[in-house]
Amino acid sequence: MSAVEKDIEEERKLKPFLINFGPQHPAAHGVLRMILEMDGEIIERADPHIGLLHRGTEKLIEHKTYLQSIPYFDRMDYIAPLSQEYAFVLAIEKLLGVEPALRGQYIRVLYSEITRILNHIFCITTCALDLGAVTPTLWGFEQREILMEFYERVGGARMHTNYFRVGGVKEDLPDGLIEDIYAWAVKFPKFIDDLEGLLTNNRIFRQRTVGIAIASKEQAVEWGFSGPMLRASGVAWDLRKMQPYDVYAQMKFDVPVGQTGDCFARYLVRINEMRQSLKIIMQCIEKMPFGSVMCDDLRVAPPKRAEIQTSMESMIRHFKLYSEGFHVPKGETYTAVESPKGEFGVYLVADGSNKPYRCHVRSTGFAHLQAVNEISKGYMLADVVALIGSLDLVFGEVDR
Amino acid sequence: MGIISLHELNSPNISDVKPPLLQDALVTKLAEETRDKGILLAKLDDLLTWARTGSMWPMTFGLACCGIEMIHAFMSRYDLDRYGMMPRSSPRQADVMIVAGTVTNKMAPALRLLYDQMPEPRYVISMGSCANGGGYYYYSYSVVRGCDKIIPVDIYIPGCPPSAEALVYGLMQLQRRVRSENANKKVILKT
Repeated sequence: MSAVEKDIEEERKLKPFLINFGPQHPAAHGVLRMILEMDGEIIERADPHIGLLHRGTEKLIEHKTYLQSIPYFDRMDYIAPLSQEYAFVLAIEKLLGVEPALRGQYIRVLYSEITRILNHIFCITTCALDLGAVTPTLWGFEQREILMEFYERVGGARMHTNYFRVGGVKEDLPDGLIEDIYAWAVKFPKFIDDLEGLLTNNRIFRQRTVGIAIASKEQAVEWGFSGPMLRASGVAWDLRKMQPYDVYAQMKFDVPVGQTGDCFARYLVRINEMRQSLKIIMQCIEKMPFGSVMCDDLRVAPPKRAEIQTSMESMIRHFKLYSEGFHVPKGETYTAVESPKGEFGVYLVADGSNKPYRCHVRSTGFAHLQAVNEISKGYMLADVVALIGSLDLVFGEVDR
Repeated sequence: MGIISLHELNSPNISDVKPPLLQDALVTKLAEETRDKGILLAKLDDLLTWARTGSMWPMTFGLACCGIEMIHAFMSRYDLDRYGMMPRSSPRQADVMIVAGTVTNKMAPALRLLYDQMPEPRYVISMGSCANGGGYYYYSYSVVRGCDKIIPVDIYIPGCPPSAEALVYGLMQLQRRVRSENANKKVILKT
């Protein structure tokens, strides 16, 4: 080895090459900033920097009534808004001891599964986009538009619907919506097949994902993975099965479990989850009972429009409910739902007033992101893109 | 004399002519001129305006929820490509910056830096109530109450988040604004 080569070699040992990935990077899925320490093109250390979208949601919730706080949950994981609301609403219901109306429960399950498909389409197609496939995104987003129309028809907004309420949902489904959802659900398997046709056996996609960023069963449990990330590593754990909430106990569906724990397994789990979600949607449409979508507990249920116009007491109750809000008895709860990304939990402390004393959010992406250093070690720079794509990160939720 | 002017093309009922048609008319006329005479005389202003409005490349600055609606605007249903708008990830290739989402205190220096890296003439669209003025997070300790505290904004789009349609409309408003201003003047005044 010549003197010059020796110098280069020593310098290389002294200074690992640093790459700044993000915060404004098209493959960073939002505002992730990563400092990558590289040995040539091999990653030695990945240091994710978060907090670029920290909006102080948890603190803001302490100064809002329970009803006013629900929209904050839409804006956390903005790819799957209704799943977040679901956790918060269930937590309040637990503290209040309110039993939601049966039709409301079915609608919530139906919309929670629509949300799951909405999320998985986004996750799979943008991951594919980062790996060089444009077509899945163009096809997938058309499906997302259709699903967002379903959102719009119940809540008036395409994304931040604010539809779930304590005790049920805001309003009943409009006429003809359930038929449209059915018509879409019949056609949707064709889309999943098309998507699989584009990706599953695609040579480039396989080369970029098979055997990349493997998280073993033990690692997945140790790092607190949940959802598709955990299941792809071979752990059969799904909160919808393990501790069913609302009417999930009556739904028949399978939990897809991967074996290898690599990016490709995560992709396959998500694809199969979409098929299972479709099964649940069909069951909801089939079994949905008639009746009220809101429970009859007077603490949380607003009076009917006709009652407000005829009865003074109803008028007062309506005004009090929407200005002061309802009071939640002293207590604390941790309530989690199986959001599309994994276990989304709300730790809620109530002090008997109309505002939460403390509301901590257990976000899914945070647990997944902390393992990036561990599972990206030894892989190439280009593999980080596949890893981040398959982690399904949304920074509204990670940073909160 | 072969001098082409947009105003010449503008018939009295200009409001009936949609912007893409107007551009087509201009291109046809340009082609005829060069074919017949071999030379081209045009007002620089009009040429520049035509070029600027025809290919506004936005820099994707998807920060939060609005970023998702921005992606939807670029995707199959709304397809901003037909206006010649392609998302660029480098500020040096971009003409317009779409600030889509909440600007936090930690992100603010990066936002300013990226704005400074954009070449003149540059435009900024503030998308959504967070970027417009803090919105739902106005009282937060970590949020910049409006991105216009950091960079000059040309177009504000209201909504939380604005629908993809609203963004498309906002971009068309920006095109209209560019068309109405004196293209040369903007450069001279700013440098």
